[in-house]
Amino acid sequence: MKLKTLSTLVGAVTLAGAAVFSASAMAEDTIRIGAAAPKTGPLAGGAAVTYWPNVELWAHQVNERGGILLNDGERHPVEIIEYDDRTNPTETIRAVQRLATSDGVDFIIPPYGTGMALATAPIFDRLGYPMINVTAITDQTDALTARYDGVFFTLGKTTPLAQGIARLAADMKANGEVGNRLAMVNVADAFGIELAEAARGIFEEEGFDIVYSTSYPPTIQDVTPIINSAQDADPDLFVAFSYPPDTFALTEQAQVSGLMDEVDVFYTAVANAFPAYRNRFGDGIDGVYGVGGVNPEDPAFVEYKEAHMAVTGAEPDYWASAVMYSSLQVLEQAIEGVGTLDRQAVTEYLKNNSFDTVMGEWTFNNQQISNYWTVGQWQNGDFYGVGSFGDMEGTADPM
Amino acid sequence: MKLKQSDLWMGLAILAAFFVLAWLPLAPGADGWLSIVVPITMYTVLATSWAIFSGPTHYVSLATAAFFGVGSYTLALGLESLPYPVLLIIAAILGAIMAALVGWATLRLSGVYFVIFTLGLAELTRQVFTWYQNNMGGTRGSYVFTDLTDAHIYWQLLALALLVYLVGWLINRSRLGFAIRIIGGDESVAKHSGINVAWSKIVLFMVSGSVAAVVGAILAPRFVYIEPSMAFNPQLSFMVVIMALLGGTQRLWGPLMGAIPFAFVWEIIASNFPAQTTLLMGVAFLLVVFYIPNGISGVLIRWYHKARSKPGVSHE
Repeated sequence: MKLKTLSTLVGAVTLAGAAVFSASAMAEDTIRIGAAAPKTGPLAGGAAVTYWPNVELWAHQVNERGGILLNDGERHPVEIIEYDDRTNPTETIRAVQRLATSDGVDFIIPPYGTGMALATAPIFDRLGYPMINVTAITDQTDALTARYDGVFFTLGKTTPLAQGIARLAADMKANGEVGNRLAMVNVADAFGIELAEAARGIFEEEGFDIVYSTSYPPTIQDVTPIINSAQDADPDLFVAFSYPPDTFALTEQAQVSGLMDEVDVFYTAVANAFPAYRNRFGDGIDGVYGVGGVNPEDPAFVEYKEAHMAVTGAEPDYWASAVMYSSLQVLEQAIEGVGTLDRQAVTEYLKNNSFDTVMGEWTFNNQQISNYWTVGQWQNGDFYGVGSFGDMEGTADPM
Repeated sequence: MKLKQSDLWMGLAILAAFFVLAWLPLAPGADGWLSIVVPITMYTVLATSWAIFSGPTHYVSLATAAFFGVGSYTLALGLESLPYPVLLIIAAILGAIMAALVGWATLRLSGVYFVIFTLGLAELTRQVFTWYQNNMGGTRGSYVFTDLTDAHIYWQLLALALLVYLVGWLINRSRLGFAIRIIGGDESVAKHSGINVAWSKIVLFMVSGSVAAVVGAILAPRFVYIEPSMAFNPQLSFMVVIMALLGGTQRLWGPLMGAIPFAFVWEIIASNFPAQTTLLMGVAFLLVVFYIPNGISGVLIRWYHKARSKPGVSHE
């Protein structure tokens, strides 16, 4: 029995080895696009909102048009090859490598999440694939673009994002709309720490009195003590650089305790712009601020949102979703602009041209998009961008 | 302690094998190969060093992720101020010190308490690093920009693997190795024979911890961006245990027999059933546990003995 099992195992391994390392046959008329992002693991929830539906929507729309138009005068449909990286950078590296070498895809959609995207940047660079990042937010974009020729960033840098709320609050204070007393909390994990550190500097510079400040672990179960302590400090503003589970928990507890009604500004960070946030709290979050934003009245966004709902059955989020979709539009336009599947030429095209996206016109400056939403506000069930870095059209007034 | 001739030949054969393996990154299509070979080499080193301690003592350590993370952060934090090779040595020393402290505190306890403590250790170290970043470091130590490619990382791991095999072999031949086998057999007997049980276990645990920390440091440049959740990922500890057990811990080369098939089976599953990896992996483990409980090396050894004995005579 044991012998048999082992021989079966050896057989399976040999067979699979052959399958893995022989390049799969490629259909000549389709353009093969790879995608590697979490379907399981801690970031699967975020990817299920922001990443996968946009890949599905874009592929659906491109193929409905007949495909991407190349120099041979024909439209070539796209085929998406998907891998689950289980929110593990080692797996992401392997998946991207597999896409490039075993599957021989023509282009690769960058992974989801800063850690996993940056882990694969050297591979994209070495294998010569253009990499139009969306959900990779870091202050090191300049160092990265200097290092990697075909790596692009679209969603912004950490510091301007964190400072969005601080600048907005400072303007409101100058106009006498908000007081001086600030309660600020952050989740003690990579991105939460970066955001809090960047924002704290501006808040202090602008003369805010930080009456309460604390951090909490990402695994926090009960946020009641945090909200209670913040409430005892009698703040005018409550700012939380939070992650998805605690973004919801802090909001709920602030509603229960009445903190949300007592402060003039209530802000939470990641996942605030998710439709699930509104679906959970309804009208209760009218006036709540969060990181990111869109212009929900922009016809391009409205059209995008409707298509997103029709094709994927879900609503896009109000921050990265539209940017994610834009990055795919950019890729499509660059391929059509070049007219072939020459990746080096596509990278050059990306650097030297403007693109028409649902986020408006995009021109890469130093391989980066340098105008983006930094802070938004829930107003009557939609999330409006109220502050931006660079110049965004359609900035709403805070209510 | 005299070298037998067979040992000499074995040593030469191993050196030759490593020499051949070192040329792998120059083979055509190596980029694709390396992204699977680097994890295999990493897990082989980790599982082998794990088995040096846990094999004979039967203490299951889940602290690999803690040592690995300490090594990664040592490199990330020190890269701007210190030369790379020095950081690898510092990582090794830190790993050994940490193992000594943990071993001193827990190795007097019986096995179950040790398992739980080591599992908690990764989370504890992760919290300490997070606290440091939150209160003093900011984003320091999050980025590792080097020019090291997968090939460089592979060569370093290969050299480390050779070192681990050498150390493991030396330990097996030494008084310490003999003592630890007695401890594994029966701890009371070992005590009564005058063996310093706690000290022997701590020394082996230090070897294991130090290797894991160096592996963490070597791997850090591969990820560019280091997060605590990634550096101290408890999944790593479990993977190492599973691979070592799959390969078998009775021989120094056992874990190698686990890491290679594991990686290939994983590759098959990940490329053909990308959405069902976790499920299929679980099923694969169940099969392994039920059908080859002594590990692949155990099976191979039995075959070997069978082949040498006369036909028709069974050893079972």
